[in-house]
Amino acid sequence: MKVNLVDIAHARSGDKGDTANVGVIALRPEWYPLIAEQLSVERVQNHFVGVITGSVERYELPNLSAVNFLLHGALDGGGTLSLKTDAQGKVFSTAMLRMVLDVPDDQAAALSLPAARAR
Amino acid sequence: MSSERIVRVASGQGFWGDWLDAPRRQVEGGPIDYLMLDYLAEVTMSILQKQKERDPAMGYARDFIGAMESVLPAVTDRGVRVIANAGGVNPVSCAHAVLDVARARGAAGRLTVGVVTGDDLLPRLDELLASGHALAHMETGEPLSTVRDRVLSANAYIGSSPIVEALARGANVVVTGRSTDTALTMAPLRHEFGWRADDWDKLAAGIIAGHIIECGAQCSGGNCMYDWRTIPDLANIGYPIVEARADGTFTVVKHPNTGGRINVQSVTEQCVYEMGDPHSYITPDVVADFTSIRLAPDGENRVKVFGITGRSATDKLKVSVAYRAGYKAVGTLVYAWPDALEKAQLADRVLRQRLDNMGLAFDHLLTEFVGFSSAHGPLTAHAGEAPEVQLRVGVRSPDRKTVERFSREIAPLVLNGPPTVTGFAGGRPKVEEIVAYWPALVDKSVVQTSVEVLS
Repeated sequence: MKVNLVDIAHARSGDKGDTANVGVIALRPEWYPLIAEQLSVERVQNHFVGVITGSVERYELPNLSAVNFLLHGALDGGGTLSLKTDAQGKVFSTAMLRMVLDVPDDQAAALSLPAARAR
Repeated sequence: MSSERIVRVASGQGFWGDWLDAPRRQVEGGPIDYLMLDYLAEVTMSILQKQKERDPAMGYARDFIGAMESVLPAVTDRGVRVIANAGGVNPVSCAHAVLDVARARGAAGRLTVGVVTGDDLLPRLDELLASGHALAHMETGEPLSTVRDRVLSANAYIGSSPIVEALARGANVVVTGRSTDTALTMAPLRHEFGWRADDWDKLAAGIIAGHIIECGAQCSGGNCMYDWRTIPDLANIGYPIVEARADGTFTVVKHPNTGGRINVQSVTEQCVYEMGDPHSYITPDVVADFTSIRLAPDGENRVKVFGITGRSATDKLKVSVAYRAGYKAVGTLVYAWPDALEKAQLADRVLRQRLDNMGLAFDHLLTEFVGFSSAHGPLTAHAGEAPEVQLRVGVRSPDRKTVERFSREIAPLVLNGPPTVTGFAGGRPKVEEIVAYWPALVDKSVVQTSVEVLS
């Protein structure tokens, strides 16, 4: 089943130099393991092809039902050097939430995940 | 209910430019012990340094003086103490400006201002470089010597100790330069509860309390994605307050009859804001572990925070250096339906060809289509029938004249480019000097802070 990440998580993002961080937070604690499993470094790196120029780091925070990502080379140089509208990475949060997950039907049913609607 | 002592630290400003009314609302909305005001972002110090170059009496956050005017009765009559890193590159002048406010209000005898100095490394920069402190860029590893002649300001991020000293010496207002944002909250807790400088778990708790409230309303319903439609009365949003206990646990609250919302989700969003490696949130006082944070609802608009652990601080301090890095300008035009995106794209091609024909060379040229892809770039699925698209072109160059020439190429497109275009009434793009940020590390032992108490 297809699941929109935006339907099962919220997020906040910010900057440090040319790096954006995105903390992805499960909307329900029981959805956290699935989100942690699905959002691998490779998956996120592929999602941001053409958006970031550097690598992706990933940290788990099970205590907050959250996974934190550092997206390097995300901000066109960052800070005052950047020419981007979003020089401070404020909306990388929802860029991450554009992701669509493939979840086995039985797992999706067991977790009562909302099926993807067209957005 | 336990009779345990509670210390209340209220956040009244999350950055220089935040809501002017927030400090007054924090002191008038209910009981608080401390008002914490954070004014400094990465590039703020350099802006203040430029102001000080023009006028040696300036170089601090002027908004703070207005804030002090609005909260003065609470400070002099009710004993609320104020801690702010508003001093920028001139904390002493800032402190005198605060005293001037008190004098003008006839409250001079009832105000003492503690001033923390020693973070300013600019006068010592050559000495430091000569004695082997490379101040290498934390991301690129380049030594500072490569931009030394363009450096505008250099400040070490300092911790809670000098603020604790100022409080112990009776200051009811403490003004610092480049203190860390989190130290402004942790210092009064150390002072009140007598936490030792090696009580890592408690210091970490104070730092995380600081992290949660340092961005003002961003933990109490502002910029909150979770259930945002139902967050009540944002117009009257309550800024956060930490109710701290001696054991290092605390509760995040806001005043009654204010808008916004504090719940586990709003606090979690702020916890992950600007987070790096959550195991190691490094500060001058302690390394805090964000994976230890526990959050629990504690009634309406109350979240309890507990379980926090930390470990010993490192022997380095982070240094914020600002240096001149050329010039930039950003020009915009708005293209209307139909085919708004296609028109904006054509205008971009025309503009680039003209810049090329003039032989203008930029370090960097970036085009964005606002309303289509400026937020999410290539992740944006399709333009659909965009009702309008803003063409936004930015350039950067070490040469001011090159950027100025670019700034004159935007308006002509209105008459000699693609059709149905507007939004040029603001005039030519402004050419700005870029002051860039250079993060570095320095040995703690070379930075000596000092505290002066003025009255």
